[in-house]
Parts: sequence; structure tokens; C-alpha cells
Amino acid sequence: MEVRTILLSKSVFEDNDRAADELRAALRRKGTVLVNVMSSPGAGKTTLLVALIRRLAKSRRIGVMEADIDSDVDAVTVAKETGCPCVQLHTGGMCHLDAGMTGQGLRELGDGFDLIFLENVGNLVCPAEYDTGATFSMVILSVPEGTDKPLKYPLVFQKCDLVVISKTDALPYFDFDLEECRRNVGERNGGACVIPVSAKTGENMDALENWFIKKLTEV
Amino acid sequence: MHELGIVMNVLEQADAAAAEYNAEKVMKVTMEVGEVSSIVPDLFIDAFNWAKKKTDYLKDAELEMIIIEGRTYCKSCGGTYRTTEHGKKCPYCGSVDTYLLTGDQVIIKDIEALFKEATGGGPDPSE
Repeated sequence: MEVRTILLSKSVFEDNDRAADELRAALRRKGTVLVNVMSSPGAGKTTLLVALIRRLAKSRRIGVMEADIDSDVDAVTVAKETGCPCVQLHTGGMCHLDAGMTGQGLRELGDGFDLIFLENVGNLVCPAEYDTGATFSMVILSVPEGTDKPLKYPLVFQKCDLVVISKTDALPYFDFDLEECRRNVGERNGGACVIPVSAKTGENMDALENWFIKKLTEV
Repeated sequence: MHELGIVMNVLEQADAAAAEYNAEKVMKVTMEVGEVSSIVPDLFIDAFNWAKKKTDYLKDAELEMIIIEGRTYCKSCGGTYRTTEHGKKCPYCGSVDTYLLTGDQVIIKDIEALFKEATGGGPDPSE
């Protein structure tokens, strides 16, 4: 018996990054856009998605993948409220989705979609580190969470294309400075688009819908 | 449990490498972890020691973590500084036009493994 050292010098995320790139390329060939939706628990991901999907589903074929540690309440809600095909992914205790799990969900969902929303596990830390293979990423930040989230959880805001500030109907009740929040996002990610909306009242949902329509024609 | 997911990736990759090189078992895994990688070393080691029992080759493996200092570069004045002390804002000129040079990596550097044969050690060429 002897002890030897095997050099690996390999990023822990390397295998996942490769799988994610393959998934992204396969989606592009099919003409499907996959959006990774990330937020804290309770930021209103499901409510916002339902409101957005109802608008987009009039002209586009929409699919949804709901990722949670357990339960299928979100998938049941989205399927019932939008009528769109929806699959539930269980992460088996893990705090994030990776490219492998996303690929499984896509196979289950099948082909023929223009746009697929992937509702990631509610968490601002781990989902940011694992590339799911999504075409682009959006973060939902709700008014009650405060303006400092982009400073506290920089990575998820650095890696996203769109920041939706949700629950703007609650602005009168919170010390939430919209411009300060824009600055905090801009400091982390100058390229991210910021759209404040209320899914409850419908305020500014047109702007969000238009952003998606524009994005779908670009890719 | 944020660390556990990453630990699982590390164990899978180390297990695969041990199998590929025909090792008997892995004694030690050495990682390079940036101090702004959002990994908490103590939690990571606890998760490693819990999860290693479920592997083929790493049941007795210890984990060494080499912590890499976070350094940020300022595009405005060209200075570099320690990220954990000053964050995004350059301490020399106050600019926030800065980017991380190093310190967010999570790398499996090498594994120390026990081999039955004194020769060989590469992947089996017949495969």
C-alpha cells in the first residue's frame, strides 16, 4: 500500500456549469426560452408568476416548473390558476436546483413551449451559485423585505437580468425608497433592468409583460 | 443547508476520481475556498463528515480547506484591497467601479489516496 496525491484542480461547479451550457444550447435549438425565477421565501413568486402567465399565455405557449424542498402546493396553484402545464420538482432537502434537476423537469414537461418559467427554491444564496441552464434569470424583491437586499445578497443580484420589485401596493406602509433600491441594484449590476409592480392591483404589469415580449422576440 | 449541496458535489467528484484511478480509499481531500465564496468552513466540514459515510471511497477521508483571501480591484484608481474589509467601495478613492480579483473560488485541489499497487496510478488505459 502507498499513498499518492491525485491532482484535480477543478472547480466544484465545473460539471454543473457544463451541463447547464448543454441544456441552454438544447433549449435554443428548440426555440424555447427558460427563465430562472429566484427570490426570498414569501416575496410573492407564485402570485406574480400567475398574474404574468395569464397575460403572456394569450399569445405564447407557457410551461412552468416549480421547485421546492417538499410539497406541491405551488404547482397545484399555478396549474389551477393559469391552466398551463406545470411540473413539480423536489430538491430532496437541497436549497437550490442544479442543471441536472432542471433537465429532468424539462423532459417531464415535454416540448413545444415558447417560454418556461422555473420557480427556484425560495432562497437568495444557493440558487445563485448553481447555473440551471436558464436563458436568463430574474430576481423578485418584495417591498416588505427592504432596499438593502442587493447589498446583503450580492451574487444573486449580480447574476440576474431582471429585478422585479413586487408588492408595490404595500409601499405606503413601509419605509421603502424605490430610487435607493434602484441604486443598490445598479451598484451590483449595472446591466439589470428594474421593474416595480403589484401583481395584486396590476400596477405596472404592462411594463413587465412588455419586457418579456421584447425578450422573446430577441432570442 | 447551503453547504451540504456543495459538499455532495465535492464527494461525488472525489469518489469518481478515486474510482477512475483505481484507488483503495481516499485519505484526504484538499480544497481551496475563497473567503467571499459564501461557504462557512465549520459548517462545510461538519457536512463533509456527515455525508462522507455514504460514499464508496471517502468514508475515512479528512478535509483540508485552504482559505483564499478575497481581493478587489478598483477600475477608477487601479488600487487593490481586501474585500472582506471594504466590500464594493474602494478605500483609496471611494469608487464603487470595482471588481473581485480572487476569493470566490470553490476548488477541489487534490485528493490523497491509498493504492494497493506501487506502480500505475493513472486511469486504466484499457477503458
